[in-house]
Amino acid sequence: MEAPLTSNIKPGVSLDIKTYEATGGYQGLRKAMQMTPQEVTALVKESNLRGRGGAGFSTGMKWSFVPMNVEGPKYLICNADEMEPGTFKDRWLLEGNPHQLIEGMIISAYAIQATTSFVFLRWAYKQAAQEIRKAIAEAYAAGYLGNNILGRGFHLEMHLHTGVGRYMCGEETALLNSLEGKRAVPRAKPPFPQISGLFGKPTIVNNVETLSYIPHIVNKGIAWFQSLSRTGDGGTKIYGVSGRVNKPGAWELPMGVTMRELLEEYAGGMQHGYSFRGALPGGASTDFLTSAHLDVPMDFTSVAAAGSRLGTGTMVVLDDHTCPVGFVHNLEHFFAQESCGFCTPCREGLPWTEKILYALERGEGTEEDLEQLDLHTRLLGPGNTFCALAPGAMEPLQSALKYFREDFEQHVHEKKCPYGNYTH
Amino acid sequence: MATIHIDGKTYQVKEGRNLLETCLSLGLDLPYFCWHPALGSVGACRQCAVKTFRDEQDTKGRLVMSCMEPVKDQLRLSISDKEAAAFREQVIGWLMTNHPHDCAVCDEGGSCHLQDMTVMTGHSYRNYHFSKRTHKNQYLGPFLNHEMNRCIQCYRCVRFYKDFAGGKDMDVFAAHNHVYFGRHRDGILESEFSGNLAEVCPTGVFTDKTLKQHYTRKWDMTYAPSVCQGCGLGCNIIAGERYGSLRQITTRYNGAVNGYFLCDRGRYGYEFVNSSRRIKQAAVRALTGTDIGTAEVLQYVKDKLASGKVIGIGSPRASLESNFALQQLVGRPHFHLGMSDTEHDLTTLALKILRQGHVRTPSMQEAATADAVVILGEDLLNTAPMMALSVRQAVNRQPAQEAMNTTHVANWQDAAVREAMQDKHGPCFILNVQPTRLDELATVAYQTAPETIARIGFALARALGAPLAGINDLTDQEQQLVTQMAAALMNAARPLVIAGYGSACEGVLRAASNICEALHQHAKPSMLVLTTPECNSMGLEMLGGLRLDSAVDAVMNGEADTVIILENDLYRRLDKHAADNFFRRCKEVILIDHLYNATAEKATVLLPAGTFAESDGTMVNNEGRAQRFLQVYAPATTAIQESWRWLLQLGRVTNCERLRNMEFFDDVIHALTQQVRCFAGIEKLTPPADFRIAGQKIPREPHRYSGRTAMLANISVSEPKPPVDGDTPLSFTMEGYRGEPPSSVIPFFWWPGWNSVQSINKFQVEIGGSLHDGDPGKRLIEPGGNGQLTFFTDVPDHFVACAGHLQLVPLYHIYGSEELSVHTPGIAERMPAPYIMLSPEDARRYQVAEQHQLQVAVDGHPYTFMVKVNPALQRGMAGIPAGLPGTGIVNMPQMAKV
Repeated sequence: MEAPLTSNIKPGVSLDIKTYEATGGYQGLRKAMQMTPQEVTALVKESNLRGRGGAGFSTGMKWSFVPMNVEGPKYLICNADEMEPGTFKDRWLLEGNPHQLIEGMIISAYAIQATTSFVFLRWAYKQAAQEIRKAIAEAYAAGYLGNNILGRGFHLEMHLHTGVGRYMCGEETALLNSLEGKRAVPRAKPPFPQISGLFGKPTIVNNVETLSYIPHIVNKGIAWFQSLSRTGDGGTKIYGVSGRVNKPGAWELPMGVTMRELLEEYAGGMQHGYSFRGALPGGASTDFLTSAHLDVPMDFTSVAAAGSRLGTGTMVVLDDHTCPVGFVHNLEHFFAQESCGFCTPCREGLPWTEKILYALERGEGTEEDLEQLDLHTRLLGPGNTFCALAPGAMEPLQSALKYFREDFEQHVHEKKCPYGNYTH
Repeated sequence: MATIHIDGKTYQVKEGRNLLETCLSLGLDLPYFCWHPALGSVGACRQCAVKTFRDEQDTKGRLVMSCMEPVKDQLRLSISDKEAAAFREQVIGWLMTNHPHDCAVCDEGGSCHLQDMTVMTGHSYRNYHFSKRTHKNQYLGPFLNHEMNRCIQCYRCVRFYKDFAGGKDMDVFAAHNHVYFGRHRDGILESEFSGNLAEVCPTGVFTDKTLKQHYTRKWDMTYAPSVCQGCGLGCNIIAGERYGSLRQITTRYNGAVNGYFLCDRGRYGYEFVNSSRRIKQAAVRALTGTDIGTAEVLQYVKDKLASGKVIGIGSPRASLESNFALQQLVGRPHFHLGMSDTEHDLTTLALKILRQGHVRTPSMQEAATADAVVILGEDLLNTAPMMALSVRQAVNRQPAQEAMNTTHVANWQDAAVREAMQDKHGPCFILNVQPTRLDELATVAYQTAPETIARIGFALARALGAPLAGINDLTDQEQQLVTQMAAALMNAARPLVIAGYGSACEGVLRAASNICEALHQHAKPSMLVLTTPECNSMGLEMLGGLRLDSAVDAVMNGEADTVIILENDLYRRLDKHAADNFFRRCKEVILIDHLYNATAEKATVLLPAGTFAESDGTMVNNEGRAQRFLQVYAPATTAIQESWRWLLQLGRVTNCERLRNMEFFDDVIHALTQQVRCFAGIEKLTPPADFRIAGQKIPREPHRYSGRTAMLANISVSEPKPPVDGDTPLSFTMEGYRGEPPSSVIPFFWWPGWNSVQSINKFQVEIGGSLHDGDPGKRLIEPGGNGQLTFFTDVPDHFVACAGHLQLVPLYHIYGSEELSVHTPGIAERMPAPYIMLSPEDARRYQVAEQHQLQVAVDGHPYTFMVKVNPALQRGMAGIPAGLPGTGIVNMPQMAKV
């Protein structure tokens, strides 16, 4: 089973440029530079590579919206602000194989003819920062960055920018504002960043995993890419599992493995004495799936059909000893705190849900509170808020209310947390 | 035009606008917070949600924010849709989770947009039962109160303060539900437009601090439409009174003048009306101590006028009617305008240029549409602040257009347009004697002597093709600047040139005229703004009269010995020693004014005049726009009356033929329009006194006005008869016609369900457009086109520094240079102390440094100032704060000996 993104990564080691080149690194770039930018975009579009940041939008399609015959700078940005609770897949790539990302970024920048690129890195990823900084320097020294790359007349600068730890910066337009030195609040679309992005110039923002795939697709072609997958969504995917399983971790697997395979074969099943109640399949901002969904293939389309989202592909498992209300309370605390404060429903609605969940946990919740929670899951839906943060925050809550309703009601009726949270 | 369907009804609407402003323009009620007609849309508050439907079959629809959606032909939307209405109600529910519900003790209560929107959405029960977050408030200076707990985070304040008005010291801090709007630490808000926050804020976070000193609810005040007295721009204001004191000034929307905003001098400079220095009784100095009434004083004046050789001195801060009445009383040959000679000459020239030139002088709203700006010798933020706000919008014009072209979003998409614009500005050139706070917008800001500014301007006119002699002695830098400006003006579609009284140099005005005339020859629709020093300088000039020096001459050589001074402090028109000499030679000085000032000190007779708040009158702004202000309230004492009414009385006691048969305001206006043809039409500025709607007058008081039966109970337990207004169609009561009055006589903006200033929406033809039946005011000057004005050829000589001497030039201060506003404590607090500003070379030469004292002599009279040093100032020049109390030097420019 091929794992192009991670097979060369060794634990505790970051591939330097020599080792990376020895494994075929920068061959994709050489190949891409023989193509026109439009050909590169067309190739990626045809491969049906879907964004690995969570939304699953076609990468090639995104690039194709960048105007190609305009004056002035364009930007390519790697979104490495991995802050989704339960998600740690990009970190693996950033720390283990930074050149793979850099090569992907150079090819992508070439495709849209960007001349400046940024890695927007989560502040807490200190090790990754160090490796990326070193790798960028190596790439400059080797002539992969800077003027006249590979003698093909293409010019690209690359900078590492470390954020200050705001979940909001994972939203691409808030990331752009933050990178400009402004408040990390999202922007209205249209105009899309492809037209008016960083400093009002055409900009592409892609996820680490997405960009890391580009060299491989260019190198080995579309057929190869699609053959890696079990489903219509091509390639492999880095999946992760956290929670009370025997072997929490992340694995690069064919797109479309089932939840059951992931849970039982790779994560080693539930720990002794715990049983599976449900999981957030794609990180904290996705809907719970339950044991009824264990055979759903983990690809964008299938998970959506099951009522959740593939998101980042990193599953957070809820076991039978953990209070679902407490579980969701913890998440809503995070989301409320990470709300940027720009639009009303998110700024005021999320703290409200957090407070209700806390009250439920303390045995102070009422039936009316449950109604308020239901109301919020409806009113904080997509389109009602300025960006996707609050709708994402509502996904675990709405599905918990759906699948674990009896737990919520128990909190109300017993006037305490049945799992013993907040009891003295 | 597009056809859209709202809740099943079909409307024809303008394309390209957003759904919110479209619905509001149609008169529909739709709640909103973050959107503001002048600030555009950002989609933050989510309050204006509506449902849109794909087609007739679509019954589910999609919730959208109406402020963010453009009008499209055949669009179907619903305001009343249940889900949309429920969402809007919940938005208020969310906002209320942290709002303190302190309406009863909040200054905004009763004129609060948040209250109105809460009622509009139907939110009436609070489901939130957890604790609220609280904030600490800040000290923001003398003008604004800060109460952050009331904040609903609509972001309007920062969007106005930073993005629209260019302020630097206010921002939004922190995140999630802790976001905080204020300064980085306590301190005075620096912007000249900070007071607008009180109107922009939809609730009680920013409220008027001066109102708080004598707080009254909106519904408890008596109002009248008025015009700002703070500078020559004539912004429209609404003034509110209770218990005989003026309480508050708010913006009176005028689509052609000031739009939605005012500057802080205009908003807060009103407290002179309540000053303890008000003249409240008619008095005769010779009879001090005796108990005499108005009749005796009039008798005394009658005798003096009969025996004396009388001249009259008018005033640029008095109404046309008062000046006209004085002119009629003393006779044209004896009427002097009462401006300083410099200002007189500058205003004469400005009027000539506007009347005889080919170039249109724009309103402030038109000026904001310019796409290239050249400012010559004017520190706009201090001489005509609101025009600076227009310039700020004008410099965005070109980059905003580019941004819209590349991003394909509408101009109301504020955040998107600003993002695509970045920090780009259109061409703007600012030439002044010292740097200005507007320089940050300038493509080039250049400091030099006024004469050199004029010479650069002449060179620019020549570069644009004016048939003028070359100016050979410009520096390379100046020559380059000329080339750059010429290119920018020629590339622009609507170039704007601004000059005026600030430079105190006629050459600068001539240069500005030449530039515009040259552009006119290229068929460019250029615009020329000439600022005027005071609220009625232009009107007074149009009325016509003699210079002040001829009054001084007449008194000095004995041709006159009795002078009637109308609302004028001659110590602000003449240098102190000159004024002292003048008064020493006068036998009788009859002063009609409202504040006890240096001239009152010399007066032999005082007649207490009503301020703008106690008078009706007409003024003409720098644009030549005649505007009417109406009396807000009847003064507590009948001894105080309008200046023109005093003058009519003097006319009666002296049997003045020219004032015969005049009793009411309309009589004066009628005579004025008959005698001075250029004022034809001003009788229609407001409807006449006998105007009625449904047989009723228009009430100055809101229908909820409270306490009228009790407020004078300390005087009499029976409610006294309210004063009768024989001069205007307004009544001094709460009774009268409750519908919408003609736009020129709207005493206050109020509409059912719309208690805040945002009720303006209901009075406009379309949102952001004119008021129904037109914006008030009438332009009296239009470009002649009769070709009378040719190019000025008299180029001023180069400024040459003169050893041992300093050329004194005026420097202006928004807080301090204007006579009346300094009587507001908050404005006085922000005034500088008198100073003399030197170049570093002169400071070295005269061996002085900052804070040292320097004595200069004007006409042999010594004046001492504290020294300030400014590297931008030309050697040999010294700046003196114009009009600042305690300065003593008025006539500038003039030479002073060190």
